[in-house]
Amino acid sequence: MSGAPRADNSQQHDPPAAAGNGGRFVFRARVFDADELRRAHTRIAHEIIERNHGAADLVLVGLYTRGVAIARRLADVISGFESVDVPVGALDVAFYRDDIALRAVQPLGPTEVPVDVSGRVVVLVDDVLFTGRTVRAALDALTELGRPRAVQLAVLVDRGHRELPIRADYVGKNLPTNEGDDVRVRLAETDEEPDGVELWSQEGAP
Amino acid sequence: MTGMKHLLSIADLERNDLEDLLELSESFREVTQRDIPKVPALRGKVVVSLFYEDSTRTRISFETAAKRLSCDVMAFSVSSSSVQKGESLRDTVQTIEAMGIDAVVVRHSAAGAPNRVASWIDASVINAGDGCHEHPTQALLDLLTLRRHLGASLDGARVAIVGDIAHSRVARSGALAFAALGADVTLVAPPTLLPSTVAGWPVTVSHDLDELIPELDVIYLLRIQRERQGAVLFPSLREYTARYGLTVERASRLRKDALVMHPGPMNRGVEIAAEVAEGPASVITEQVTNGVAVRMAVLYTLLGTGAPVV
Repeated sequence: MSGAPRADNSQQHDPPAAAGNGGRFVFRARVFDADELRRAHTRIAHEIIERNHGAADLVLVGLYTRGVAIARRLADVISGFESVDVPVGALDVAFYRDDIALRAVQPLGPTEVPVDVSGRVVVLVDDVLFTGRTVRAALDALTELGRPRAVQLAVLVDRGHRELPIRADYVGKNLPTNEGDDVRVRLAETDEEPDGVELWSQEGAP
Repeated sequence: MTGMKHLLSIADLERNDLEDLLELSESFREVTQRDIPKVPALRGKVVVSLFYEDSTRTRISFETAAKRLSCDVMAFSVSSSSVQKGESLRDTVQTIEAMGIDAVVVRHSAAGAPNRVASWIDASVINAGDGCHEHPTQALLDLLTLRRHLGASLDGARVAIVGDIAHSRVARSGALAFAALGADVTLVAPPTLLPSTVAGWPVTVSHDLDELIPELDVIYLLRIQRERQGAVLFPSLREYTARYGLTVERASRLRKDALVMHPGPMNRGVEIAAEVAEGPASVITEQVTNGVAVRMAVLYTLLGTGAPVV
């Protein structure tokens, strides 16, 4: 009951700004298959350790829903080659979003960060970086929990179209997209489907 | 659920509405346990508490909930207002609304008063207790407390609500809410303290608490409301306690994992023995803690969904 993440609605995170004009989505391209996704996790995990000179003081904080699963995978990879257990947290940003009262913003699960973030390096983890508004909300949510020494951002896919001055420190893949496209991330833990990332476009889009 | 504008009674809600509110309450429980138990979700929203009856916990709980969502809160106190000069309920709420408010939390001694208020103004209305009718947020906090102990579904749980059912809005909202989530609800009271409408409730009725005690998962005691009783409905408080009070002796015959609940304020030694209220089976203080979280969930649902309001 408590602590269990709710069923994900993939439109909860930054819905495509141009969506809603009734276009049907058609498959465009496979961005990652399961093996490529695993390699991207491995590379990002190594980059995090390299940049921070080890795993001391690190906390991986995933954004609901898929960011949490990705953060756990990164922690597993790190413990495999560094022999340390990096704490993993889950952050819900619903109450910090700037579009509450413009649409129904429902929390996806309770925030659970197992350690005090003050003085540590927090790596926020999400599946897709788009407008940057989710990350903006996450920075506010994180500030309420303490004062990290530094905050970094890891994402599987950066699809562009930022509306705020935010960039990722670790990126699985930079993917040029149209604003109305849908980047579909599927993870075994959250979607009951095989791992993979696909790009879908609205019918008739260039 | 989205598009819900007022919270007037549990009878208006379906099982999935209740479950959505309880899920949301879990997120707010986490917020209330932080060092800084506050989120900016409802910045700029104005909530007025309009209490025509005395209250400690409900009023403070609503005001705390609103503040933890970053609402601005205005407290209206009947004793220091123009109500003393004879201003009507309608004029009072319309005056308050003209100042620009988003929600009003109403407690009134007349059943249905919040529904009338809702018909007069555009702001959201939350029923914080109306006469002997309903007290929906109390039922929600009771449900949250039960779910945290019994699991997400209450299917088959044996719940007894004991005491002054006739005068109790808590009993009506609670019975409807517990039954909606699948609990098997029994009302236990002397015939004089049962309402005439009880035939329509999703409950069974008993006059014998001792017979039920060993089977119960939950015993919910109601306050004997001396202020609402015009007539003498039972011979004496001592006799009431002897037959319907949760004494130390009776509590000892409850199952080991049974829960003891009370909406407060308690008459210690009347409907519940002080030792039982403070004993290990009691979840009475948890009920109060959960009250803030469910009221945050209600305010967020009414004011934060952005759904077009009708």
